[in-house]
Amino acid sequence: MENVNNLRNQLTKTITRPIEKIVKLFITASAFGAILVSISIIFTLLTEAINFFQDPAVTFKGYFTATRWTPTFQNPEYGVIVLISSTLYIAVIACLISFPLGLFSAIYLSEFATKRTRKVIKPVLEVLAGVPTVVFGYFALNWITPNIIQRFIPGTGVFNALSAGIAVGIMIIPTVASISDDALNAVPNSLRNGSLALGATRRITSLKIMFPAALSGIIASFILGFSRAIGETMIVTIAGGQYPELNLDPRSAMYTITSSIVNVSLGDTPHGTTAYNALFALGITLFIMTFILNIGSDYVARKYRKEYE
Amino acid sequence: MLLESTEKNMSNETLITGKKAENAIKESLFLFTLYICVTIAILTLMTLIYDVLSTGTTRLTSDYEVGLITKIQIDNPVDFLTTLDSRYPDRAGIGPAFAGTVWLMIIVVSVTFPFGTGAAIYLQEFAPKNRLTRFIELNLTNLAGVPSVIYGLLGLAVFVRLAGFGRSVLSGGLTLTLLILPVVIVASREALKAVPDTIRQGALALGATKFQAVFRQVVPSAIPGMVTGMVLGLSRAIGETAPLIFMGALTYVNYFPDTPLSGFTAIPIQVYNWIGYPQAEWKETASAGIILLLGLLLIMNSLAIFIRNRYEKDL
Repeated sequence: MENVNNLRNQLTKTITRPIEKIVKLFITASAFGAILVSISIIFTLLTEAINFFQDPAVTFKGYFTATRWTPTFQNPEYGVIVLISSTLYIAVIACLISFPLGLFSAIYLSEFATKRTRKVIKPVLEVLAGVPTVVFGYFALNWITPNIIQRFIPGTGVFNALSAGIAVGIMIIPTVASISDDALNAVPNSLRNGSLALGATRRITSLKIMFPAALSGIIASFILGFSRAIGETMIVTIAGGQYPELNLDPRSAMYTITSSIVNVSLGDTPHGTTAYNALFALGITLFIMTFILNIGSDYVARKYRKEYE
Repeated sequence: MLLESTEKNMSNETLITGKKAENAIKESLFLFTLYICVTIAILTLMTLIYDVLSTGTTRLTSDYEVGLITKIQIDNPVDFLTTLDSRYPDRAGIGPAFAGTVWLMIIVVSVTFPFGTGAAIYLQEFAPKNRLTRFIELNLTNLAGVPSVIYGLLGLAVFVRLAGFGRSVLSGGLTLTLLILPVVIVASREALKAVPDTIRQGALALGATKFQAVFRQVVPSAIPGMVTGMVLGLSRAIGETAPLIFMGALTYVNYFPDTPLSGFTAIPIQVYNWIGYPQAEWKETASAGIILLLGLLLIMNSLAIFIRNRYEKDL
C-alpha cells in the first residue's frame, strides 16, 4: 500500500513540477501579449493625438478643412485633407497597376499554367514580395522615373506621384496574386470540369465560372492590397516627394500621410511639441483607415465565401 | 493529372478546328493577355535586379577609378563591409550599418523566438476554444495588417520614451520584434498544425501528461517549421526601414554599436540616406548597399528553404 502511495506521490510530483507552471504561464502570457500590443498602439496614438488637438493653433475643423500641411512652418497649417487625398491618389494608381496584373497572374497560375511553370512563377512572385520597400523606392526614383515616366510624359518632375504609385502597385502584385490564387484554387474542380464538359472554352470557364465563384476571395485580396498601398511608406517617401498643398496632377510631387510622418520625424521635433504630437494624429488617422480596410477584407472573405463540399 | 491533360487537349482542339474563328481569336487574345500580365511582374523584378547589379558592381570592383587618390577608395566588397560611412561617395563604406543590422538580428531573434513560439504553442495546443481565444486571434490578424510606420510610432512612445531605452539598437530591435511577431506566430501555428494528431494521442496513451506530450513530442517535430517561420520573419525585419527612422537611426552614425543601448544605423536606413543625395556617385554607393541587402535576404530565404527540405519528414 505504501509503495502505491509513494508511486502516486512521485507521479503527482512530475505533473506539478514548478517549471511546467512557469512555462505554461509564460506561453499564456505571450499569447495575451497580442491584446496588450493592440491596446498600447491605440492608447499611445490616442493620447498624443488628443494632446495635438488641445493645442490652440490646431482645430478639429482646421484639421479636416485646411488645404495645406505645413506643421514645421512659421505659421503652421494642419490640413490633413492634403495628405489623405495624396495617399488615396497614389493608392488608386497602385491599384490600377496591381489589380489587373495580380488578378490575371492568379488566373494564369491557377487555370492555365502547368505544374512546372507554376513551380517557377510562384517563387518569383515570392521574391518580388520579399524585396524591401526601400529598394522599390530606389527603383522608382532612379529607374521608373527617368526611363518610363519622363520619357513618355514630358514635364514630369524628379519626384512624382505616378512613379511612386507604379512602384507601390508592383509591390502589391504578389499580395493580390497569391490571395486571388488561393481563392481560385479553393473552388472545387467539379465546377471547372462541369463548365468544360458543357463545352465552354477555358476563357469562358475562367471568366464566367471560376471568377464569380472565387469573387469573395478576390475582393478580399483587392481590399487588402489597397490597405497595404495606403500604409506603404518608403516608396512614397523616396519617390513621391513632398508637396504640401492640395493637388491632383500625377506628374508632380505629392505628400502622403506616411511620408509626412517620416519627414516630420526627420526634422528636429522634440517631445511634446505640436509637430511631434501631429505625428501621432497622423498615425491614428492612418491606423483607422487601414483598420477599417483590413476588417472589411476579412469580413468579405468570411461573409461571402461560398461553402463548397 | 490525366483529367488535366484531357482538358488541355479539348481546348486545343477547339482552338485548332475552331468552329467559330472569332471564339478562337478571343481565346488566344485572352491567353496572350494573361501571359503579358505574368511577364510584366517577372520582367520588373529582373529589371530591378539588373539595374541594381549593373550600377552597384562598378562600386565593388577594382577597376573603379574616379579621382586621384585611388588608395582610399573603396573598390572591393570587403572594404565596403568594414569601412565607415564618409562624406565622399567613393570612400563611403557600410560598416556601421552592417554591424547595426547584425545587432538588430540578434535582438529580434532572441526576443521573437521564445515569445512567438510560446504564443503559438499556447494558441494551438492549450487554448480553450472560447471567445477570448478568438479575440486574441482577431488581434493577431489585425496586428499583421498594421502599417510598419505605426509600429515605429509605438516604439518611439513605448521603448524610446516610456521604457527609457533611448534611441538605441535595443529600442529598434524590440520595435521590429513587435512588427514580425504576428507573422512568426502564424507560421509557428502552421508548423504545429502540421504535426499529426497520432503523435499527441500516442504520447498521451503512454501516460504522458498533456504538457509532456506537447513539449517532448509535438514541439520537437514542429521545430523545423518554426525555425523556417522565424527566418522568414527575420528577413522581413532586416528589410524594414520606416519603423527604425523613429529610433534615431537616421542621424549620422559613424561608429560601431558596442552595447544594446548605443545608437545605431542599419543597412536599409543607410541605403535610404544615400539615395537622398543627388550626385550620381551616391547612386552607385546606394546600389552597392542594396546588393548587400538583397544578398542577405537571398541567404536567409535559401536557409529557410534548406531547413524546410532537410527536416521535412513525412510524419
